[in-house]
Amino acid sequence: MSSVPPDAGRPPQRDPDVVLEVDELSVAFPTEDGLVHAVRGVSYQLRRGEVLGIVGESGSGKSVTSLAVMGLLPSSARVTGSARIVGEEMVGLKDVAISRIRGERVAMIFQDPLTSLTPVHTIGRQIGEAIRAHRKVSKSVARDRSIELLETVGIPNPQQRVDNYPHELSGGMRQRVVVAIAMANEPDVIIADEPTTALDVTVQAQVLDALRSAREATGAAMILITHDLGVVAGQVDRVGVMYAGRLVELGAVDDVFYRPRMPYTLGLLGSLPRVDEDRGHRLTPIVGTPPSMVNLPTGCPFAPRCPMMESRCLEEEPALFAASGIEHHAACHFHDRLTDDTAPTDLFDTAAADSELTGEYEEQP
Amino acid sequence: MTAPDAPPPPDAPGTEPILSASHLVKHFPVRSKGLLRRQTGEVHAVCDVSLEVHPGETLGIVGESGCGKSTTARLLLNLIPVTSGEVHFEGRELTALSRKEMRPIRRDLQIVFQDPFASLDSRMTVFNLISEPLRIQGGFKDGGRTRVRELLDLVGLKAEHGNRYPHEFSGGQRQRIGIARALALDPKVLVLDEPVSALDVSIQAGVINLLEDLQSELDLSYVLVSHDLSVVRHLVDRVAVMYLGRIVETGTAEQLFGSPAHPYTQALITAIPLPDPQKERARERITLKGDVPNPIDPPSGCRFRTRCPTFEEKLTDGERQACIDDDPELIDRGQGHPAACHYADARQLV
Repeated sequence: MSSVPPDAGRPPQRDPDVVLEVDELSVAFPTEDGLVHAVRGVSYQLRRGEVLGIVGESGSGKSVTSLAVMGLLPSSARVTGSARIVGEEMVGLKDVAISRIRGERVAMIFQDPLTSLTPVHTIGRQIGEAIRAHRKVSKSVARDRSIELLETVGIPNPQQRVDNYPHELSGGMRQRVVVAIAMANEPDVIIADEPTTALDVTVQAQVLDALRSAREATGAAMILITHDLGVVAGQVDRVGVMYAGRLVELGAVDDVFYRPRMPYTLGLLGSLPRVDEDRGHRLTPIVGTPPSMVNLPTGCPFAPRCPMMESRCLEEEPALFAASGIEHHAACHFHDRLTDDTAPTDLFDTAAADSELTGEYEEQP
Repeated sequence: MTAPDAPPPPDAPGTEPILSASHLVKHFPVRSKGLLRRQTGEVHAVCDVSLEVHPGETLGIVGESGCGKSTTARLLLNLIPVTSGEVHFEGRELTALSRKEMRPIRRDLQIVFQDPFASLDSRMTVFNLISEPLRIQGGFKDGGRTRVRELLDLVGLKAEHGNRYPHEFSGGQRQRIGIARALALDPKVLVLDEPVSALDVSIQAGVINLLEDLQSELDLSYVLVSHDLSVVRHLVDRVAVMYLGRIVETGTAEQLFGSPAHPYTQALITAIPLPDPQKERARERITLKGDVPNPIDPPSGCRFRTRCPTFEEKLTDGERQACIDDDPELIDRGQGHPAACHYADARQLV
């Protein structure tokens, strides 16, 4: 246990079960066009051993949120709010202090294993390095542990593989090596950011299995960030849906999938083709595109694309209201109009036309 | 545009195929590094693939990266030369034709590419992009402007969008422009190479609906190449599953998804995550070990045997010998549709 500085900002009467607490976290990037508000007031809690899925489309802020938690954003980023890992505040922490927590208490898995591994060292050395960064153990102990970890993530012949270089492994195996590195120090939280997006489906299944083994072996809680609602459905306990830098729905995975209370979630579910449905059923596209994060209009960011939009939606941005179910929240003024029986096709038009040009370009001559 | 009310599946047998391929083979040379660049081997990208596309139907070609599905699509269009095999379009053999002889046929065979950011020239207006095929094929002078407007309307864009440049459009709209360009010459067959993989899901659905509408409106035949089985299930009448350059199973969408018989198809179907938490928790999952072997040196006999769960878990040594020695033929072994497995066994998995 690292010693928590006495001025940790908040009295230490936190729930001991909560390993990650994100509170009103906001991130803005200065650009030539103005401030890009990538994350706008995200709050959630992650309990010990729990898996929380964060879903959203490109640009929804799902990755930036976790990069802020890890302290991995460029120095130009303006981060406000708070993110505490086992009680320790990460926002504003100095690099030296953050390196003590990273790897030990929280580890991250990125989309592309080729960029997370260095090509010039063997994988055994890279796993060993992660272990020896936090534990005073000999190289041979670290090597034995590396072999053990490779076995846990399902790599065949770990005794031989440990001396391989990343280029000698396939994409799926490399990603499993990254999982092994993430679990090396038995962290409390593992953040996986699109861990299977670059992989083929059969290999994706292998990596998801490895992630499950990693959780079972370390007891770590996990944040699984993905755009794939199918991956989320099978892997997580709770799920948060992000749109335009905010959580717009948060709840138990069954509540969100079977009883969504935010029109965006409903539309998203209706827009998915599924292998268990034949070609008769019609998909519900959501017309338009997500708003520009530079000058967001007032009101609900989803309003321009929302079939339920009313004048109130353009004036006032909805907070996360408590919806039906345990700890189920939705950011919609009219969340109670959606019932358990509302089908995506009740709300969304299945016509294919989408002729609105994206707003930011419309002004150009 | 109206939603098609579950069109009756065009029955494969009986009608004459509009596009067919028989025993297609494509090998790419592998050359050594250095000055001489001697040929050191061959990538067996496509091996003995035969396909048929009937008028008005959608044929799906699915498989993982490197299985040869995109190469097959390019061979069908005669965009790359075959090593051996034949492609027939409306009874005419294509592989021996010169570029000049191919040109009039290209009107009828068009392609939509995966990446709408790379496939549209950013310095051309949408009008010029869509009218380019008309100019090349000499159909522009005669009512070309009206035709472009018609096409924009057909794909759900407005006529005034013609003066805009691709960067002003969202990914989904760009893909619509790509589709309008492919439709400009009124083709009969449209090859769709991963048409929605680059798009976000909420946008993807609009393009999928558009493709459905266009097919019923214009009576098009589609060849859909995709790694995404959910999209394939949604759009196709018949499917061919490819693994390491070969078709391992083929049949109607109902047959293939309802009772897959080849162990690879079964694994592929169970690996697709369903956006349905309860089903997902209860599902049987067949996980494959290892990775796709190197196509320069594919395994002897059945190419799937190195990863096959049936081979690994269910077969006796004697039975395995058949997999090692004999390449299984793509024939019906009593499952109602052809599968290239000595021990094909239909199962219900979704």
